[in-house]
Amino acid sequence: MSRSDDTLASVPLHCVAHARAGDKGNRLNISVMPYDNDAYPVIAEQLTEQRVFELFAHRGATRVKRYDLPLLPALNFVIEDVLEGGVNGSLNVDGHGKSNSFLLLGMRVQVPQRFVRFAP
Amino acid sequence: MPDMFRIGNCAGFSGDRVDAPGPVVDTLIELGGPCAVFFEVLGERTVALAQLEKRRDPLRGYEPMLERLLEPILKRCAGHAIPIIGNFGAANPPGAARVIAQLALRLGMPELKIGVVHGDDVRERIDLASLPVYEADAALDTGDGEIVSANAYLSARPMVDALASGAQIVVTGRTGDPSLALAPLIHHFGWRFDDWARLAVGATAGHLLECGAQITGGYYYDPGFKDIPDPANIGFPIAEVGSDGSLVITKAARTGGVVNAQVVKEQLLYEIHDPSNYITPDVTLDFTQVSVREIATDRVEVLGVRGGPAPEKVKATVCFDGGWMGEGEISYAGPNCLARARAAAEVLLERLRMRKLEVKPRVDLIGVASVHDGDRGTKWRTYEGGSPDDVRVRLAVSARTQDDADQAAREVLALYCCGPAGGGGVRWRTTPRIRTQSYLMPPGDLAPGSRVFTAAELAR
Repeated sequence: MSRSDDTLASVPLHCVAHARAGDKGNRLNISVMPYDNDAYPVIAEQLTEQRVFELFAHRGATRVKRYDLPLLPALNFVIEDVLEGGVNGSLNVDGHGKSNSFLLLGMRVQVPQRFVRFAP
Repeated sequence: MPDMFRIGNCAGFSGDRVDAPGPVVDTLIELGGPCAVFFEVLGERTVALAQLEKRRDPLRGYEPMLERLLEPILKRCAGHAIPIIGNFGAANPPGAARVIAQLALRLGMPELKIGVVHGDDVRERIDLASLPVYEADAALDTGDGEIVSANAYLSARPMVDALASGAQIVVTGRTGDPSLALAPLIHHFGWRFDDWARLAVGATAGHLLECGAQITGGYYYDPGFKDIPDPANIGFPIAEVGSDGSLVITKAARTGGVVNAQVVKEQLLYEIHDPSNYITPDVTLDFTQVSVREIATDRVEVLGVRGGPAPEKVKATVCFDGGWMGEGEISYAGPNCLARARAAAEVLLERLRMRKLEVKPRVDLIGVASVHDGDRGTKWRTYEGGSPDDVRVRLAVSARTQDDADQAAREVLALYCCGPAGGGGVRWRTTPRIRTQSYLMPPGDLAPGSRVFTAAELAR
């Protein structure tokens, strides 16, 4: 692949970006940072609040709000009511929801080949 | 050259590596110059667990690893004028201070000055019915359990007062986590408590450092994707804060891990909701203009932090008795193990219905779908992949009584003889639960402060 390869590739987000999850009460935040800063606009276009909401619907999420930080660059998703009671009330092994950054990183995205840092 | 102050983090949570502080202190001593270290060991419900411990034994209820964490560094820190700040007081700061005093005497330091912060425990002052609930908790069910603990997030001010009175180690219970790092900066630079721009830089240093190795490569490490050197020996972080508002993140010398732009970005947004409005007790932070720059190996500069006035209300977290959790696990492996595990899961749920136990259950198939699944088990029920080599069935229930939780968990044990073929390795247990809810208190309802004692006085 070359730096100018514009061919679209369908890959897990994990090949294009890294992420970290944090909890407060029943609310989860997941930050997403592309490995290549130039991939930020296309990642922002692909990772809509609606798509993230659908990914967490099976856990009872009620709302997703995305905050954009183009200078870092990063996206910050705040997902409401997704922890099924939070660290104190949840029956999940991972009551903090820490592992959910990798649920998001498993989402498929379509990006120009040049932004694919790692082969899927 | 602007004046520069270094602050090292020696623990990011209760349960952190006990050999982390040594290399941080070694590095600070080698580099010279004014500095301090802090320990952040008090999670949202750690204080409730500590309160339960204190009920059983009034002398306890502080960080259980306290002596193990401090013994290797206490004398060197005092000898090099490096203040130590820590929320290792948990539910019992005076109890922690006594233990530190005894340690100091044992190390031949009877004159060690120990500052003790008080005023975060608001059980006697809080009127839940009249206070607004912190928004992120609005939908949480607190049940009708008894209050176990209620602690306000104190600002840096009582810690600054203790340092001004000569404290060489400051023991707190609940404070804002970033305040632990901000306090020695305010003390050193003489910042005003309304100098929002500078306080913002100090609080951001605290925010970035308060989870220890999360900013030096630990929680970042993703083999083959984000590799780090020597992951068994990750160095804990050090921030360099300038009087001009500059901020550089680095780490202890001769350790593993990494400080690069990626890991700093991850930690900057850790547990952040609206990045333009991150509230700490001392200052409100705005990260929307922040950028990061790698200036050398394991050195990242953080630019563009902005600050605004501290919040008018004080956040207080109340912990309630939350009933019991029962858990049981059993493993199936080899041919057809997925079908046997699924059958075990269905049998368990049927047994709970038959016995009419008053529990709310959840089942996981560990190795197929667990931590990413919801309580309804959508993922394991709809899983269509092949059978893995090994599946562990986990039943978890919440219950009001320990007996119901235990009876449910024992249904997993019963699968040894009554269940599908080849089940093995049962573990089951019950644990008391804590529920938390945060409220917003008027600052006038609080009376925080600090007192400073010598080790000899406290150990008496």
